[in-house]
Amino acid sequence: MTGNAPTAVDLHSAFARGELSAVDACRRALDAIDRLGPRLNAFRHVAAERALVRAKAADERRGKDNAPLLGVPIAIKDNVCTAGVATTAGSKLLASYVPPYDATVITRLERAGAVIVGKTNCDEFAMGSSTEYSAFGPTRNPWAEDRTPGGSSGGSASAVAAGLVPVALGSDTGGSIRQPAALCGVVGLKPTYGRVSRYGLIAFASSLDQIGPFARSTRDAATLLNVIAGHDPRDATTATIPVPDYTAALTGDLRGVRIGVPRELLAEGVDPAVAAGFEQGLACLVDAGATIADVPLPHAGMGIPVYYLVAPAEASSNLARFDGVRYGARAAAPTVRDMYDRTREQGFGPEVKRRIMIGTYVLSAGYYDAYYLKAQQVRTLIRRDYDEAFQTVDLVAFPTSPTPAFRLGERSSDPIRMYLSDVFTVSANLAGLPAISIPSGLTPDCRLPVGLQLTARAFDEATLLRAADAVERRASWWHARPPVFAG
Amino acid sequence: MRDKLTRQDVERIASLARLELSPDELSLFAGQLGDILTYAESLQRVDTSGVPPTAHIAVPAALAPLREDEPRPCIDRDTLLQQAPSADSRSGLLKVPRVVGS
Repeated sequence: MTGNAPTAVDLHSAFARGELSAVDACRRALDAIDRLGPRLNAFRHVAAERALVRAKAADERRGKDNAPLLGVPIAIKDNVCTAGVATTAGSKLLASYVPPYDATVITRLERAGAVIVGKTNCDEFAMGSSTEYSAFGPTRNPWAEDRTPGGSSGGSASAVAAGLVPVALGSDTGGSIRQPAALCGVVGLKPTYGRVSRYGLIAFASSLDQIGPFARSTRDAATLLNVIAGHDPRDATTATIPVPDYTAALTGDLRGVRIGVPRELLAEGVDPAVAAGFEQGLACLVDAGATIADVPLPHAGMGIPVYYLVAPAEASSNLARFDGVRYGARAAAPTVRDMYDRTREQGFGPEVKRRIMIGTYVLSAGYYDAYYLKAQQVRTLIRRDYDEAFQTVDLVAFPTSPTPAFRLGERSSDPIRMYLSDVFTVSANLAGLPAISIPSGLTPDCRLPVGLQLTARAFDEATLLRAADAVERRASWWHARPPVFAG
Repeated sequence: MRDKLTRQDVERIASLARLELSPDELSLFAGQLGDILTYAESLQRVDTSGVPPTAHIAVPAALAPLREDEPRPCIDRDTLLQQAPSADSRSGLLKVPRVVGS
């Protein structure tokens, strides 16, 4: 939702025409963050001085090369390591952690000229659907400050929606980019597993995690993906499949594109305003030339129980590294064993402990087959459902989230209710597929954004972006802006 | 499939997970973990006989080749030691409470 704030592509052309300098754009972003950042609690750290130095360097670099993000301000979710800039992952345990190295996505962004202005708030270790599980307080939704922006990448979604920055990065393990994008009315893309390097992403569930962009325009999301995608020798799960120019896919024409809708999954539990927005989005896709068909995804409804066994199992293993020895906080204790136990007790918040406990339980002797193995088998069935669907369609469409933004506190003490926020997003992670959330309208009563999600075949982000752009060209609601907006 | 989760079960899991939970957390988690596991039991209704597990969506090896197993530069020891809550840079070691003979 563009409003008056320029997109990354707008800024890039304004710089090229000499109408604006990167330093000016950086100052504007920093001012906006100063004014609105604390109110939204969108940022964990603002790296003002560093950003201004980098912006000045971008201005000096202009003319010598025309890097795609030269001088464009960007915000980064606080679970992505930035050398010399604090990275907390929303955890007290990492409150004073300053990484000695950059994540690969950071190296790529800075090589492309992007100016990192700060780190955004998130649920602790990316575990949550509302950003309320951050150890540093909840982020607020710029559309309604008493509501959550979604999560876990809520700070990035809120910052982009409020116009503080044109673009941001998040991470998505079960919907943590797409769900907050939907709840904040912006574009959020989870790339294919293996498309973007996770080197330097603080690991949550390694078979599911991906880094991806937030933007107010599809073209910005495509531009960002062009920069961050590709093979990385430091992440053995990344593919050598060539990265196409994703902006070339934005033709506005969907003739020949077949879109499947799993109607039986949408029969219940979807808010009427979300359902109306979904149909409105589908109508734009049809107007652009796409055809719609029903597809069965018989096991996708099992996504939540599968995900909430698989992800905690992986998390319990990944988070074993936080033991007070090599980095982060350490609790004083007389023995090593007590040091481990107390460091983790004091350092982790309740949701992280819950997930470590579930994961430890389902991996423990006697329960592995009944829970973890069973979940992995159903994961195979979910994957096969998509394989089958993609025999007859090119994209699968869902609403992104079954409800619009919920009130702060509404679900934070009821874990299962919170988990159900992810009912339509987890299956793309379980199947390793790319998926995008785009704005599909506003609720009639409260003017809260709702989102439409599209899922594609592995490594077919181009078709996702083509469809998203086709909707953007036709959607009157796309340019609405929230009450809290740095115009 | 299993009996209700007791406080002792929760204590045992916490010990495996290296978490020293408070008495309040033990009672809270006994309830919540039980609810989550009961919810997850809906999976038992799915027939998975003969279905192989998916642990990971592997990119085909041809598209994600392993690099040569050769040493490469990495972050130097001093920089890493600076991250640690307690370390001795002269000996190049991390410090922890006494492990042997305590």
